[in-house]
Amino acid sequence: MDQQAQRNTEEPNTEAPFSPGDQGDLSLESRFEGSLSWQAENLTAALLDPIEEAITHYPVSKRSAALPLLHLWQNYFGFIDESGIEWIARRLDLNSIAILELVTFYPWFRQKAPGKTIIRVCRTLSCAMAGSYEVHEKFCKSTGINPCLEGHHGMPTSPDKKFSVEFVECLGSCGSAPVCLVNQDLAERVSLEDAEAIIKKYS
Amino acid sequence: MSSLIEHTHPRERRIVFENAGKPDYTPDIETYLAHGGYVEAKKAFTMAPEAIISEVKASNLRGRGGAAFPTGVKWGFIRRDDEKPHYLCVNGDESEPGTFKDRYILHRDPHQLLEGMIITCYALNIHLAYIYVRCEYTHAKAIMEKAIQEARDRGFLGKNIFGAGFDLDIYFHEGAGAYICGEETSLLESLEGKRPYPRIKPPYFPAVLGLYMSPTIVNNVETICHVKHILRLGSAQYASMGTPGDGGTRVLCVSGDVIKPGPYELAVGSVTLGELIYDICGGLRPGRSLKAVIPGGSSSKVLRANEIFKIKAKADDGTVIDKEVPLLDMVMDAASVAAAGSMIGSGGVIVMDDSRDMLWALNNLNQFYAHESCGQCTPCREGVLWMSKLSTRMIGEGAQASDASMLHNIADNIAGRTVCAFGEAASWPTQSFIDKFPEEFGPRA
Repeated sequence: MDQQAQRNTEEPNTEAPFSPGDQGDLSLESRFEGSLSWQAENLTAALLDPIEEAITHYPVSKRSAALPLLHLWQNYFGFIDESGIEWIARRLDLNSIAILELVTFYPWFRQKAPGKTIIRVCRTLSCAMAGSYEVHEKFCKSTGINPCLEGHHGMPTSPDKKFSVEFVECLGSCGSAPVCLVNQDLAERVSLEDAEAIIKKYS
Repeated sequence: MSSLIEHTHPRERRIVFENAGKPDYTPDIETYLAHGGYVEAKKAFTMAPEAIISEVKASNLRGRGGAAFPTGVKWGFIRRDDEKPHYLCVNGDESEPGTFKDRYILHRDPHQLLEGMIITCYALNIHLAYIYVRCEYTHAKAIMEKAIQEARDRGFLGKNIFGAGFDLDIYFHEGAGAYICGEETSLLESLEGKRPYPRIKPPYFPAVLGLYMSPTIVNNVETICHVKHILRLGSAQYASMGTPGDGGTRVLCVSGDVIKPGPYELAVGSVTLGELIYDICGGLRPGRSLKAVIPGGSSSKVLRANEIFKIKAKADDGTVIDKEVPLLDMVMDAASVAAAGSMIGSGGVIVMDDSRDMLWALNNLNQFYAHESCGQCTPCREGVLWMSKLSTRMIGEGAQASDASMLHNIADNIAGRTVCAFGEAASWPTQSFIDKFPEEFGPRA
């Protein structure tokens, strides 16, 4: 009990994970590679303003803002690192586990950087009957992705980091199967030729 | 997004899709107002809230999300005058495989949904409402939030809306890729920012202990849109479009092996399955014959072509008689599909022709449920994984003669043993596929 209380009242760690002098030759890209704590040190108004706005949408309980904040965070950084989980938890007066358990539950959230273009191929029945397995295979082959090598809450990503390709469950467009989401846009009745063209367009 | 909705079949009766299906219709408020928008919301504020609830009850509107529960009865569970705050959560999670109707409303006609919500909130004394939409509908947030802002600027939302002394705020809330959040109590947990494990009923009926433990109505997007049209047409005319106890129109989403898949808004009970497949959807591909139909989203039990159902029907003189109904003569309303041993569910009709391998199709669905089980209840969390592994083994290497009966047995031990209906949803495909197509689940060469 005492321990629990202590943990809850623990002062936020104000010490930066690394000061500018410690970073050595860490480029932005190499920081993406590991789980170095850094996202929460790079907040700007472009992220903070929508976060504060989102919290006002939940006048009864700000815990309800957990999902919107995670979406905003992931849209801004590309993924959610440990510092993000801690920052969001602190902002909503929660323990970190209350945010981490959402990140690990929901398939949409990821803890590692994805490729530049994210392709989500619908795997479920109507799309599968229309050939989505073949489309998925085509995407993986032409980008050099091994679909079996799925990272821990990351996405299968091409060696050149240009693409991430994953199977997702029903995208709710069964009438125009097979479909996939290419970043934010829905591609419908995707043939193998269309898949090739998508890869070309985003390469 | 697909133009499937822009094609209207002559047998359709478009109400909810009337505007969304017009090629030149835009989602902004000016267009909506030019098409008679917010007339019914204004009218609602001249009515007594109880009168609106009575109208919805008399309309025989049933929920379009899957359970087909009478909407007016659900609303009746809310006590307008109790001291607690009430909430409305519109369920736009639309994740049931085979279902793709709400996406058109959310993307193409957002104000229709808002108007339905305003009427609902006024009727049930609700001042805070959320629209929960799956994040895979990537553009829905921007479209809906723009619509909310437009309505706010016109005084249709916010403080003292329509000058009627009624306050209402509506916010958009994005899911994050979990099928389970379409289950109403899971949706509420998700909206509260928690891991979305469904709540057990009783005691957690949303109308009693819903969002923030307050009385809450959770209705599907399409259901809420119908409310506007009940006020527009009057409950008697609305109800008369459907069958007794199941009024109005509903959208059936047809996908799979038909020439013209798409969403079709039809008067409830106005078509049979055969008419839907062969007249409206243009039939199957040349040279193919019908093998199976999943009538109401992937969770509904599969029906086999040429099946004949023995159902109890009322004869003209009022006596109950036994009647034989072939599959293609099955009327597409909640009661008729239930009488055939399945359910109309969310209206997602998946058609399979004779080129389809039923074991392969079942394995695809088992993988879906294995991925989507939330993991709260042991029979489901473990069982759906076993089912998925077993059906995968049956397709590939290592299959054993006893696999089909083991698979069925696992399904039998999930259904009825879980907090929410996901257990049944995950079991019914396996049970029905094996029961209806036993010859495809034997040992393979």
